[in-house]
Amino acid sequence: MVMPAEQAGVADSGQQAPAKIEVKDLSIHYGSDFTALSEVSLQIRENEIFGIIGPANAGKTSFLKSLNRMDDFTAGMRISGDILFNDINIRAVRNVYALRSRIGVVFPLPVGLPLTIYDNVALAPRLRGINEKAELDVIVERCLERAALWDEVKDRLNALGSLLSGGQQQRLTIARALSQEPEVLMLDEFSIAVDPVTTMRIEDVLKELKQEMTIILVTNLVQQAHRLADRTAFFLNGQCVEIGDTEDLFSGNVKDSKTQDYIEGRFG
Amino acid sequence: MTDTTMTNQFLETGINSKDKRTQKLFRLLFMLMTILLVLPVLIILTTLIVKGGGILSIDFLFTNPTNGMTAGGIFPALLGTVWIVAVALLISVPVGIAAAIYLSEYASDNWFTRIINLAIINLAGVPSIVHALFGVGAFVIFMGIGTSILAASLTLAIMTLPVVIVATKESLQAVPPAFREACWNMGATRTQTIQRIVLPNAVSGILTGVILEVSRTTGETAPIMFTGAAFFLPVLPQSVFDQTMAMSLHLFVVSTQVPNIPEALPYGVALVLILMVLLMNSLSIALRMYLRGKKKW
Repeated sequence: MVMPAEQAGVADSGQQAPAKIEVKDLSIHYGSDFTALSEVSLQIRENEIFGIIGPANAGKTSFLKSLNRMDDFTAGMRISGDILFNDINIRAVRNVYALRSRIGVVFPLPVGLPLTIYDNVALAPRLRGINEKAELDVIVERCLERAALWDEVKDRLNALGSLLSGGQQQRLTIARALSQEPEVLMLDEFSIAVDPVTTMRIEDVLKELKQEMTIILVTNLVQQAHRLADRTAFFLNGQCVEIGDTEDLFSGNVKDSKTQDYIEGRFG
Repeated sequence: MTDTTMTNQFLETGINSKDKRTQKLFRLLFMLMTILLVLPVLIILTTLIVKGGGILSIDFLFTNPTNGMTAGGIFPALLGTVWIVAVALLISVPVGIAAAIYLSEYASDNWFTRIINLAIINLAGVPSIVHALFGVGAFVIFMGIGTSILAASLTLAIMTLPVVIVATKESLQAVPPAFREACWNMGATRTQTIQRIVLPNAVSGILTGVILEVSRTTGETAPIMFTGAAFFLPVLPQSVFDQTMAMSLHLFVVSTQVPNIPEALPYGVALVLILMVLLMNSLSIALRMYLRGKKKW
């Protein structure tokens, strides 16, 4: 019996793809007594979309923040455990800027920097030392195109990015993250300020992007995780309840009944 | 029935009209206070213009005082003030901005920075005559600069540093933290973030602070009278190591120290001094309005 190639690929990806990020016993505390995440261990594999679902206060955002050492500038945030990025412990990384530049971040509330649209997207390449106009033009167009924003702004690239509408700013933020040419793209509820049609366009882009990078998708929309993620983790109250192939989780093949309840919308 | 409820629901009740009266009363009260505030400025300006306006002329501004300062112009004092203010700015602006950037962008919030902030607030509260005596002790005598423009400017610079630091710090902190974090997340260093995002968006506030500092420095008398400003010196300064006359001290001198002076002369000097300050302040307001129009978020 020969399995269809695609199915085989899905089944095999579990064993073969190397770990891009490995998290061991990660705990995150704020201040002296608040625990945002406790003892989470998981692997995020290269070129997958890794979905994280869970209700508010589950520790999803804190998890993302720990991955690019945002705790360095988040007051009161303390981290224990190990995080390996390309098998290197990020605690030991001297050049934290190089680490951060390899990880693109998109947060729920868009941040259009007070620069022109063009400069917003050209900022990361310029930080890398690319200053040639022609090269920058190409990068800016490609990133805006991918973030589904190019058509709307191509005639006013010199307008201020911070004055775009909320949804446009969010796509600008995505374009900016892509301009870093990141190895990992972390999206934290990116679609909250974006209309459904555009969300679909960006989702299509994400499916293509995973050929080039690893994507971590935190989402409140369970169906979005279903549509996009190869594997999904369910976080609840600072614990990682379950990790599994998205197809398994959504076809009822779960180890913990809480996961089933959440996916089916019975709580959260 | 629906008709009556519809028309009645916005009718005024007893409580509404009482609220309205109270509102009117407070509005009037606050307006009176505001007018009270403007009144002294108007009185000062009118008095000065009426009594000293007549003496103003190009000659008055650009000639030396003569006859024991009872006649002639104010050029050495005018130029001396420009010298003193300019040198004071050259010292306090770079130092103040650098300190503010450090405190706002680099320093973490700990006991050390809190003490520094406290010191800055206290420095702002030190009376100017104390600064003057400090200037004499530190610059004129200890450092051996002697009474000179440099010593006067150093004294003024130290006195106005808090103004620059506080204004700069406030305008830096008005730049939303989210901008910085977005930049850091892209792998930008703190310095790159400050250069590309924070400073360009704080410039308007910083400039306003600097101009306010200018107007304050222009009018100060005590800190310069022992450190560099001369009673009467009809020679223009050649370098920062010379003494010079200054507008504020000249006003004090012609108002109180010189007998048989024409009445219009002190008023004229005061008018020029206040016009210099007003000019600086209006520049600051205009700049603020212009830059606010270009607000970027």
